[in-house]
Amino acid sequence: MSENTKTLEVSVWRGTQEGGAFETFSVPAQESQTVLDVVSWIQQSADPTLTYRYACRVGMCGSCAMMVNGQPRWTCRTHVSRVLDGNRLEIAPLRNLPVIKDLAADMDPFFDKWIKAGGVHRPSRTRHEPIQEVSPEEPGRVEANKAIECINCSVCYAACDTVAGNEDYLGPAALQRAWTLYNDEKVQDRGAILDAVSGSDGCLNCHTQGSCTRYCPNELDPLSAIAGLKRAVATSFFRRRA
Amino acid sequence: MLDLRLYMAQRLSAMVMAPLVLGHIAVMVYAIQGGLSTAEILGRTQGSIPWLLFYGTFVLAVSVHAAIGLRVIVHETTGLRGRGLRIFTWGTGIVLLMMGARAVAAVTML
Amino acid sequence: MKLKPHRTHPLWLAYMLHRVSGLGLALFLPAHFYVLAMAVSRPGSLDYFLNFAANPLVKVAEFGLVFLLAIHFFGGLRLLALEFLPWSARQKSLAAASVAGAFLVSGTFLLRAV
Repeated sequence: MSENTKTLEVSVWRGTQEGGAFETFSVPAQESQTVLDVVSWIQQSADPTLTYRYACRVGMCGSCAMMVNGQPRWTCRTHVSRVLDGNRLEIAPLRNLPVIKDLAADMDPFFDKWIKAGGVHRPSRTRHEPIQEVSPEEPGRVEANKAIECINCSVCYAACDTVAGNEDYLGPAALQRAWTLYNDEKVQDRGAILDAVSGSDGCLNCHTQGSCTRYCPNELDPLSAIAGLKRAVATSFFRRRA
Repeated sequence: MLDLRLYMAQRLSAMVMAPLVLGHIAVMVYAIQGGLSTAEILGRTQGSIPWLLFYGTFVLAVSVHAAIGLRVIVHETTGLRGRGLRIFTWGTGIVLLMMGARAVAAVTML
Repeated sequence: MKLKPHRTHPLWLAYMLHRVSGLGLALFLPAHFYVLAMAVSRPGSLDYFLNFAANPLVKVAEFGLVFLLAIHFFGGLRLLALEFLPWSARQKSLAAASVAGAFLVSGTFLLRAV
């Protein structure tokens, strides 16, 4: 059988926050086809009302993540051949986030928590002072470097069952960001970072399920970053009492 | 649903219990040889300060640990929060502590 | 029950095992305390209970409880190590392997001694 005659059975979530259902489309299979290609084909050739989100198509912007056969994926860099179940694909909006319409999840809670966890740059010097030199070999910088490739795609957030069970929980991405800033020499107020992540919505609620690290498309390790935060917070507990 | 105090209580009680659990398993393996009887258990434990301290510490630690553990499970599965969750945590801890204290007193005191 | 696809990996299963064993132990505790407290209030009842506890089916249940305790104990040590020791993954694997090895040796010894 030639590649051209094969088709994929693709169930796509249609609906809004109020409810919806899966709708099945037959999509022609192609060689080197990504999940985003499949979604785009449906929107361009079968149903132009399908809503979804993407921008760069090359794994840089973090806007196209969806649930593919029950697992969170960056769809632009996920080959259909890697995730196909027989000839079936089930594509749904990201888990743990409100749905705007169809495959477009509302990312607001994700970014709100990013800010709540202290993920905004607070400079310690003004523009009139000389630029602070940071050695690339300094241990804190090495630790901080591990997570700077985060593209805010929210795959880890969708994979995390602690987020699912505890809606206040800041989630892996925001906490990993806090750990990066904690290790950044240019950040002066480390105590403020620990305060932001040690509350009842913070890093101490992580159950070490490790789905974040397993699913991160950039192979980052939020699990270890959160363990680092827990260590720093626990140490500060004893230091502040002493 | 853990803040720093609850988290530290959970982990510190776990660290306290680590050696106690090993001791408890050793006691169980030793005690069940040749069956169990009330007289045998009491003969070993009654009036013994070391056993009182061992199991007294164990009961205190396990009450704290279990109450916090159940708090997390209840919050994540039922969504209970705020005052209700606080009452549940304290209630569980206090009931376990009282029942445990009664059991320890029963087997170690004359 | 079929596990959701995003959960089918070892660390998630370790988490679930830790949660289920902890829940089981927490539910067992009140019964355990209640029975022990009989030693003073009703020694006859405790002996009656201990005789009941000697039958094979109960023995299997007891094995289950000790098993839960062991699972929760090792799972807890794993968590404490992961959270509090800034070790590399390799160091942690080695530490886990040596603890497991120690238990294998001492467990074999214990079984022979009994």
